[in-house]
Amino acid sequence: MILEPVLTSAPDWAVRHAAVLVVVVPMLLAPLLALSPSNRLAWILTVAGTAAAFWFSLILLAIIQEVPGSAISYALGNWEPPIGIEFRVDALNAMILVLITGMGALASFIAWPTLAAEFKGERLNLLLCAFLLCFAGLAGVAATGDAFNLFVFLEVSSLATYVLVAMGAGKDRRALPAAFSYLVMGTLGASFYVIGIGLLYAATGTLNMADIAEQMPGLSGNRSVQAGLAFILVGLGLKAAMWPLHQWLPNAYAYAPGFVSMFLSATATKVALYSLIRWLFTIFQPDRAFESAVLQWVLAPLAMAAMVICSVQAIFQTDVRRMLAYSSVAQVGYILLAISVGTAAGVSAGLLHLFTHALMKGALFMAVAGICFAYQGSTIRDFAGLGRSAPFTMAAFAIAGLSLIGVPLTAGFISKLQLGYALLDQGWWWAAVVLVFASFLSVIYIGRVLQAVFFEPPLNPRKNNKEAPLLLLIPLWILALVNIFYGIDAGFPAGLAADGAAAALGLGAAQ
Amino acid sequence: MTPQLLIAAALCLPLLVAVGVALFGKVPTLREGVTIAGAVALFAVVIQLTLLVAGGARPELYIGETVPGLAIAFKLEPLGALFALVASGLWIVNSFYSIGYMRGNRERNQTRFYIWFALALSGAMGVAMAGNLFTLFIFYEVLTLSTYPLVAHKGDAAAQRGARTYLLTLLGTSICFFLMAIMWTWVVAGQRLDFIEGGLLADAGLSPFVSSALLVLFVFGVGKAALMPFHFWLPSAMVAPTPVSALLHAVAVVKAGVFTVMKISVYIFGFDLLQATPARDVLLGVAGFTIIAASLIALRQDNLKARLAYSTIAQLAYVTLGALLAVEAGALGGSLQIAAHAAAKITLFMCAGAIYVATGLTTVSSMQGLGRKMPLVFTAFLIASFSIIGLPPFGGMWPKYELLQGAADASTAWIPAVLIVSALLNIAYLLPVAILGLMPLPGTPPAKEFKRPGGAPVLTVAAPLFTAALCVVLFMAAGPIGDFLRPAFAAGSVPGLEDLR
Repeated sequence: MILEPVLTSAPDWAVRHAAVLVVVVPMLLAPLLALSPSNRLAWILTVAGTAAAFWFSLILLAIIQEVPGSAISYALGNWEPPIGIEFRVDALNAMILVLITGMGALASFIAWPTLAAEFKGERLNLLLCAFLLCFAGLAGVAATGDAFNLFVFLEVSSLATYVLVAMGAGKDRRALPAAFSYLVMGTLGASFYVIGIGLLYAATGTLNMADIAEQMPGLSGNRSVQAGLAFILVGLGLKAAMWPLHQWLPNAYAYAPGFVSMFLSATATKVALYSLIRWLFTIFQPDRAFESAVLQWVLAPLAMAAMVICSVQAIFQTDVRRMLAYSSVAQVGYILLAISVGTAAGVSAGLLHLFTHALMKGALFMAVAGICFAYQGSTIRDFAGLGRSAPFTMAAFAIAGLSLIGVPLTAGFISKLQLGYALLDQGWWWAAVVLVFASFLSVIYIGRVLQAVFFEPPLNPRKNNKEAPLLLLIPLWILALVNIFYGIDAGFPAGLAADGAAAALGLGAAQ
Repeated sequence: MTPQLLIAAALCLPLLVAVGVALFGKVPTLREGVTIAGAVALFAVVIQLTLLVAGGARPELYIGETVPGLAIAFKLEPLGALFALVASGLWIVNSFYSIGYMRGNRERNQTRFYIWFALALSGAMGVAMAGNLFTLFIFYEVLTLSTYPLVAHKGDAAAQRGARTYLLTLLGTSICFFLMAIMWTWVVAGQRLDFIEGGLLADAGLSPFVSSALLVLFVFGVGKAALMPFHFWLPSAMVAPTPVSALLHAVAVVKAGVFTVMKISVYIFGFDLLQATPARDVLLGVAGFTIIAASLIALRQDNLKARLAYSTIAQLAYVTLGALLAVEAGALGGSLQIAAHAAAKITLFMCAGAIYVATGLTTVSSMQGLGRKMPLVFTAFLIASFSIIGLPPFGGMWPKYELLQGAADASTAWIPAVLIVSALLNIAYLLPVAILGLMPLPGTPPAKEFKRPGGAPVLTVAAPLFTAALCVVLFMAAGPIGDFLRPAFAAGSVPGLEDLR
């Protein structure tokens, strides 16, 4: 195992409490940030907090991989579940934790150069505090094994996100309505979720996920459970930007500060999708007739609509960030389509695409963040000629863009191939047709930008054109190279996804 | 060197050339020296590999799996060896020609040009040596993406428009159809994509509907084979500098396409399954239609490069036709056509380029009588035209002979008629260029003065003369080449020993 050194080198307390420390450390650091006297100290603490969380989640993953099919259960305050709150980490959420904490660490790294340029001389510690709260909330959603606790963490991260998006108002006032509509939609989603939980609680008398799952077989045909599932599906669907509940996303991503867009695009919808997988497969087992009908006839058509409609919308955007945001909604469609297949291969392909999409969309938004503050513009026309003036930034952008298209030798190709395989294996050839067609649409919208970048003369040659700062280039290129590496040897993420799918479906170890 | 090392060398040499060109970009002589040295070394490596294949070996190189079941692996067999030999050999000639053309034309960004050219060759080598469909697809896309900057080289609006059509058509067909077909094959063949003698899908028990759908997806998905209606990228790619049109759009790129179709016919479907596939007859009709229709369109083109492009579309359909006939003679004819058409068409393009460098002329009608001033170029053009038409003693004769044989074996009576009409059309659109150039009608105004003092650079004249001579050599060498290729098709018609046991 690659991760063995992480486990052997970690101290005993870290190994024993990793499941809770991954959430608690950033959460406790956040109020400290608010008191920090200087911007620089606040930023260093942010990086330290996210990096520590990343380390804890690697430890968790290493523990899980030692015994295939195992799960870590951590009783908060030693109150045994189902009475107390349980943090429960298995192969599925260990993967998600590694993904969001890793992307969060990279995002906090680039926070300094981008914020320094976007908010010249202002106090940043409250903004960073909100970021760390958002981070801790997302990690909490991924780590918890308690249905209501999940709602709490979801709200922690969402409230912080509204603040973060609104912070973009310094540069562009449109961030305010974007944050407000996100607030309204997000609150609606949370309410739906909590109503669903309430219905389930009425039927089962417990809030612990594993406990609910145990009681499910005895409750088939129970109307309150069915209604609960519907409410949860809509609530989490809103958070995951499931078409047509995605209206909040394009504006929120387009007008938030650069590093926030990067962080949200790589993590926020992913965590909601994870919760959806958890609910659909671990708690409501998919072999029940009512459920498979939901998967096929609700999720699959919505997913395909997202893939086609939002890809077309992405083609007609003039702002690169909005284009990427619409593309994100389309990519959520890919993942939902994979999930809706309902087989182990499908969920595995969905998880792999979730993973690779975070890598490529993170890199794309990171490159855009690096460019936007240097050029004060994010329309495609502003990008013209950047291939000459900012070759390193744009080369990484191009690699991530090709990965998004799904060009061979990039990570995106592998995950799309797995997805296509999962679809065809079930005989869903019509869905595979939509898959390849949507991929073709992504050629067009990415190609438009790449053509402007590399083949068109700059709009205003006298503008102050330069590379993104080194502090941004390094994480950017890490992501770009990982995109290529996983296109050549996808063993690690594919293994994670297969194990995660097996854990979600309760099949034990994948191999 | 071991076979593994040889294959690795064949794939890496073009990459090294690209790096070398980038390093020496400021010194043109050194930069072009690197290209030529790399091309010669690559050719030597490919010859070594070909000798191994001729001895019955199948050199292999296994890199590793991306995910279980999807391996990056290389395996050279006779068809691939022939394609690699053609592409790498003509790269040498074309490099000399490029020097003359690019300098004579004072093109900009020449370093970028040589870098992408070398990368494209790497893609072609990967396609030739791929051991499974997955590897082939990877390098197929490498070839697409690396030639895009070459097509857009001029950078003006027309070049960008042409390049966009080029990229979108090739990527679109490959993603929408080819990739779909590959995924489907992966599912029905039990998570395997290897090229297997006798056909990967031969024993998969496919229903006629599935095999038909797969065949249609494959044949149209390989957009580089330029089968109608996905042929229009080829004329729009003609905005590229002529060396690109010559090597890539007459040899490497388009031949990678028809080579892929041939590989799919021989190693994925196998002749027996292909003959039992209903869609084959329809696709044979499409190929026949492409031959006639593209020739008719070529007849009406006044721009010489556009005329040659449509001629290429027609000639490529010969290979597709041969592959779909699913008999040994047909496949052999198609494979010979890969080599014979490459030598002839590169000659024609290089002649067109030489004329352009010397005079700036691009239209056929303005070239009447020009042969008096450029006799060598027009003689090379005439020889290559004869080869395309299929006259002895030129290489282009044998593919047509074998295709006729194959059509008889497959008992399809209309194909000989198509081939004959096509030969007549070839005469009609190719011969007037050379004949009217060398022997203008009375009353034609004398040709204009050269735009470039001294006429065409020596290298741009010597290169087409050399390849014209190659057309004659190919006529003589058809026997050995046929013997070299036959083992590739044998497994399809005769059951292997394993099957009998």
